[in-house]
Amino acid sequence: MNILEIKGLSKVFELHILGGKKIEALSRIDLSIPKGEILGLTGKSGSGKSSLMKCIYRTYLASSGEIIYQGSDNRIDLVKASDHEIIALRKKKITYCSQFLSVIPRISALEVVCENLFKNGMDKDLARKKARDLLETFGLPKELWDAFPVTFSGGEQQRINVARSIINRPELLLIDEPTASLDLKTKDKVIELIRELRDRGTTVICISHDEYTLEKLVDRRIELKDGEIIQNPINHTLNNLSIHE
Amino acid sequence: MIRNSENWLLKVENLTKIYGEPGPNTLSKTGPLFNSNICPDTGSIVACADINFDLYPGEVLGIVGESGSGKSTLVKLLYFDLEKTEGKAWLKPFKEGEENFLEVSNQKKRFIKNHLLGMVYQNPRDGLNFNFTSGGNIAEKLIMADEFHVGRIREKASSLLNKTEVPVLRMDDLPSSFSGGMQQRVQISKAIANNPPLLFLDEVTTGLDVSVQAKVLDLIRELQQDMGISMIVVSHDLSVIRMLTDRTLVMKDGRIVESGLTDQILQDPQHPYSQLLVSSLL
Repeated sequence: MNILEIKGLSKVFELHILGGKKIEALSRIDLSIPKGEILGLTGKSGSGKSSLMKCIYRTYLASSGEIIYQGSDNRIDLVKASDHEIIALRKKKITYCSQFLSVIPRISALEVVCENLFKNGMDKDLARKKARDLLETFGLPKELWDAFPVTFSGGEQQRINVARSIINRPELLLIDEPTASLDLKTKDKVIELIRELRDRGTTVICISHDEYTLEKLVDRRIELKDGEIIQNPINHTLNNLSIHE
Repeated sequence: MIRNSENWLLKVENLTKIYGEPGPNTLSKTGPLFNSNICPDTGSIVACADINFDLYPGEVLGIVGESGSGKSTLVKLLYFDLEKTEGKAWLKPFKEGEENFLEVSNQKKRFIKNHLLGMVYQNPRDGLNFNFTSGGNIAEKLIMADEFHVGRIREKASSLLNKTEVPVLRMDDLPSSFSGGMQQRVQISKAIANNPPLLFLDEVTTGLDVSVQAKVLDLIRELQQDMGISMIVVSHDLSVIRMLTDRTLVMKDGRIVESGLTDQILQDPQHPYSQLLVSSLL
């Protein structure tokens, strides 16, 4: 079963400030993603990786095409869904983990990680326990748990960012460069946790430039160039899924 | 009824406020297309017009736009600080959302204001009575919401001040002896004293220094999380909007020019004015 079926997806930015100049970020993308897959998105900067991810999350409004999301209890076109439907999906089913942590200042690392659990009404003590366990697994020093992440190092922020995105076990995880500023040991930990998450049913789309991460983490990779999917010359896939159906 | 079949808390239809005598073309000759909210025929001023939106329970809606775009007018109309020219609005907890609450008797309006709504103004002087102590201000709101037991009032006031990190020892001091940030937090305590399902926040962090600003934002977020209060946050500060809200309306010249998910508005704005606004972000 495919959790996502993307058909004819295009994204054109119209910049009114520059006299209506148009920039095409994605051009007629067709892509199916089976439930439980870890898909790697690769390509140079500006190739459209993030645009594709943001169209799925609806941070970007697609210009044309459809993105059919087949969740556990609903089937919906993410391009046409109402804002409130998207908010409901984001609360429980679809999580986006950006490259950089962006949070309200003066909220402790622990509370940041708990936030998605609080939003879903989980008991606060239970949520904090889960967050502590996760931060422990990620090897984030205990003395930082009650500190404010703004002052943390890049690697520490990244671990908090990944932790907060996976804590509520979404059906679909969109994750941008999860291992970029991590040392090898922590990288392995993050990779292991994402794979574990997948084994429990989460589908993952991951942008990465890091060959090590791609090698160890993803089941299949596709490369984007100038807003289009290109066939990868070398077949990196583990289970030989073809790019186009 | 369609109005009742959906899961909204507040529904607003065609809300309009015009100062002065409108002519037949006042609405069609003003707005973002004309870059003006002043009617060229009659000189009347369209503070806001054709405002339509839904607010869901527990949702935080942001309203952004330049000064004079009609943001504050909008919430003031809903809080009865101003009288509407046109339009309807329904609130689920009032008569099951069946009655347009903008057209009810003054007595019912007072009931709605005292029991179902809260408002935090940019200037604490608008929301607080500076002749009353901070505790007295909270008591005023509680009394209006039919709580008359002095012991319970003091208990509630001290728990609210505690929650908003105002030293309870200063409960019997006048707000004029407080710092701006503290006054703002007293004002928030007062606004939420009646446990309103809907809270309006009008530029609440403007003019506060950054550490106090963070404290106020943190408090608002906590209130939303713990009490599930729905909020309308008016601000020209896009970082405040980004941190607090799920959805955002962009206003210009009294009209909504764009509405959408907050991250979409900030990263993929569609309307020329929204693009200008976002690209001006520091």
